[in-house]
Amino acid sequence: MATLKELAQVEERFVGGHRLCAGCGHGISVRMVLNALENDENVVVGCATGCLEVASTIYPYTAWNCSFIHNAFENAAATISGVEAAYRSLKKQGKLKDDFKFVAFGGDGGTYDIGLQSLSGAMERGHKMVYVCLDNGAYMNTGIQRSSATPIGADTTTSPAGKVIPGKQQPRKDLAALIAAHNIPYVAQTAISNWQDVHKKAKKAFEVDGPAFINILSPCPRGWRYNTPDIVDLVKKAVETRFWPLYEVEDGKWKLNSKPKKYVSVEEFLKPQGRFKHVFAPGNEDLLKRIQEEVDKQWLALLERCGEEPELPPR
Amino acid sequence: MKNKVALTGNEAVAQAMRQINPDVVAAYPITPSTEVVQMFSSFVANGKVDTEFVTVESEHSAMSATMGASAAGARAMTCTSSQGLAYMFEVVYIAASMRLPIVFPVANRALSGPINIHCDHSDAMGIKQAGVIQLFSENAQEAYDNMIQAIRIAEHPDVQLPVSVNYDGFITSHALDVLEILDDETVKNFIGVYKPREALLNVNEPVSMGSFDMYDYYFEHKYQQVAAMEAAKRVIEEVGKEYAKISGRNYGLVDAYKLDDADMAVVVMNSAAGSSKGVCDELRAKGLKVGVLKPRAFRPFPHEAIADALKGVKAVAVLDRAETFSTLGGPMFADVRNSLYDLKNDIKVVNYVYGLGGRDLRLEDVEQIYSDLDDIIKTGKVDNFVRYLGLRE
Repeated sequence: MATLKELAQVEERFVGGHRLCAGCGHGISVRMVLNALENDENVVVGCATGCLEVASTIYPYTAWNCSFIHNAFENAAATISGVEAAYRSLKKQGKLKDDFKFVAFGGDGGTYDIGLQSLSGAMERGHKMVYVCLDNGAYMNTGIQRSSATPIGADTTTSPAGKVIPGKQQPRKDLAALIAAHNIPYVAQTAISNWQDVHKKAKKAFEVDGPAFINILSPCPRGWRYNTPDIVDLVKKAVETRFWPLYEVEDGKWKLNSKPKKYVSVEEFLKPQGRFKHVFAPGNEDLLKRIQEEVDKQWLALLERCGEEPELPPR
Repeated sequence: MKNKVALTGNEAVAQAMRQINPDVVAAYPITPSTEVVQMFSSFVANGKVDTEFVTVESEHSAMSATMGASAAGARAMTCTSSQGLAYMFEVVYIAASMRLPIVFPVANRALSGPINIHCDHSDAMGIKQAGVIQLFSENAQEAYDNMIQAIRIAEHPDVQLPVSVNYDGFITSHALDVLEILDDETVKNFIGVYKPREALLNVNEPVSMGSFDMYDYYFEHKYQQVAAMEAAKRVIEEVGKEYAKISGRNYGLVDAYKLDDADMAVVVMNSAAGSSKGVCDELRAKGLKVGVLKPRAFRPFPHEAIADALKGVKAVAVLDRAETFSTLGGPMFADVRNSLYDLKNDIKVVNYVYGLGGRDLRLEDVEQIYSDLDDIIKTGKVDNFVRYLGLRE
C-alpha cells in the first residue's frame, strides 16, 4: 500500500486548469482512481457527457495528460469497449507494442439511467476495463434533476420538495448489486473520505482480468448545497451513517470493508445538506423516519450478502 | 485475377468485409442486414480474418464501439438497417464530427411505423444531414465494389469521414446475383494499411477526442466537415478511376445512362435504377430519346455532375423511395431541382415517391413515368409536381 507521500509523487493524468466547481467530488475521485496506476502504465480514459467532460475538455484546452475520449451521454462503456477491442486486435496482430489500461467515467445519470444498457453490455462481454461511476445522486450538469441514484427525500428540480410531495419518493437503485449480478471479477463501492480504500480498490480494479466496476460517492456542492470545504467530512458522515457503506465483490464474494462501531443516525449526513433541509421541517418527521428505515434496510441486506450477522450497530 | 461468382448482396458485402479484414467489427443483428453479421461472425470463428468482433447489445453501442475502435487507431466497421440506423442516429453525427473513417454497409429498409421489414430509403435519408458520405449501389456487384472503394475514400487524408454503403434490402441483399469478386491480395493492396493521423493508442502523442466546443470553435469545426465533403467529391472520382484499373468497372459520382441526346430523364438510386435502365433500353429501341441518371453518391450531393448530365433534357422525373412530409416531395427531388435551378433552362422537374415499405416498382410504372414526361414536354404544363407512384386511392 502506497503512502500519501508516495502518491504525491505519482504523475498526474488529470491536471489543473479544468473548470470543475470548488468543492466538487469529481476531480478528487478521478485523481484518486488514476493515481492507482504506476507512472509507466498507459491509460485511455473514456468519459460520458456530464460535468467532468464539459469542465475538462473545453476546446482547445484539455485537463487530460493521457489519451481521452468523450463520445455521448449514454455510451462511455460501449466506446471504451471499442477502444479495448481495438487494443486486443492490434496487439494480437503485432501492430502495437505498448500496453494499455482502460477506464470509463460516468456520472450517475450516465450510468444508473441512460447508460445502463451500454454498461451492462460491456460488463457482460468481459472487456478488460474499469468503469467508475461518480455518483452525486442527480443530473447535476443539466441543473440537478432526479436520477435513479437520488436518495429518498432529496429535493431536486424534478423532484422538488413541494407542499404535497416532499422531494423524491423512491429509494435508490442498487446499481453495484446489479452490476455484481453480471458475475464480473470485481465490483466495489468506495468513498473519497477513505483514500486508502479508494486506492486499494482502484488498484485491484485495474489488475483483474476482466471488467471491474467502482461506485464512488462524489458530492456536488450545487446539488447537495453544503459548505464546500466540508466535502470530505460530509462523505465521512455518509460512510459512518451507513448511507454509503464500503464494500467489494471479488469473484462473486461480497465483503464489507468497514463496519461502524456505533449507530449514527442518517440525520448527521442529511443535516449539512440543503437538499434535505425540508426533511427537518415540522410535519416531515415521517419522511426522516422513512429515510432512516431505507438506510437500515439496505444495510441489513448488505450484511446478509457479505455473510455477516444481520444486525444494526449498537446505539 | 477476377472471379465470377453467384452471391446475394449480403454475401457480396460480407465477402468484401472479409477481404478488407478490419481490425474491429462491432455489430448487432437487424433484418435485412443480419446475414452480413452472421457471415462475418463465421469468418471470425474460423480464423478467416484478424478481426476482434464485438457482439454489442444494440446498434447505438455498435456505432459507439466502432467509434472507440476507430479512435483507438484501428480500421473499424459496423453494419445495419432501418431502426438500427435510426437508433445509432445520434452517434453517426459524432462519428462524422470526430472525423472517423468508419465504413458501414446499410441494407436499406423502411422505418417504423408501421413496422415494415422491406425496402425503402427512409433509413438512409434519416442520416443525410449527419455528415457521412453515402454511396448507393444498383446491385450486388456495386455493393461489393462500393465497399472496397469506401475504405479508400473514408481514409483519404482530405476526407477522413465515415462512409455508408447503401444497397436495397431484400431486392439486393437477398437476391442471388452474378458478380465479379477480386482476389484477396488485389483488395489488400488496393486498400493498403490504415495509418491514422491521431490515435488513442499512440503513447507518444496522447490526444483528447470529443472535446466540448463553444461558439468560438463549433462553427469552424462544422465548416471543416463541409470542406471534407467537398474534397470527397474529387476523391470519390479519383478512387473510382483507380478501381477501374483493377476491376475494369468504372465508378464516378453519377452514372449517366443514355443521357447525351435525351429529352427525358429519370433520376433514381439503387436497384430501381436497374429497372429504369431496362425500360429506357426498350423505349430507345422505339426511338424515344430517354435516359437515366443514377447518383452513386448522395452525400456529398454531386450537384455539378447532375446539372451537367441533365442540362440538355426537357423534363426530369426524380424518383424518391422516401418521404419527407414537407409536402414538397421527397429528399432527392429537392436536391435535384435545386441543382438545376441555375441552368435557367426551364427544365420541368417532377417527383415520384415510389416503393415505400417494399412496394415493387414495376417496369410499367417506369414506362408510365416516361409517358408522363412526354406529356409534360408536349403541353409544357406540370399539373402536380409531387406524385405517388402506384398509390391506391
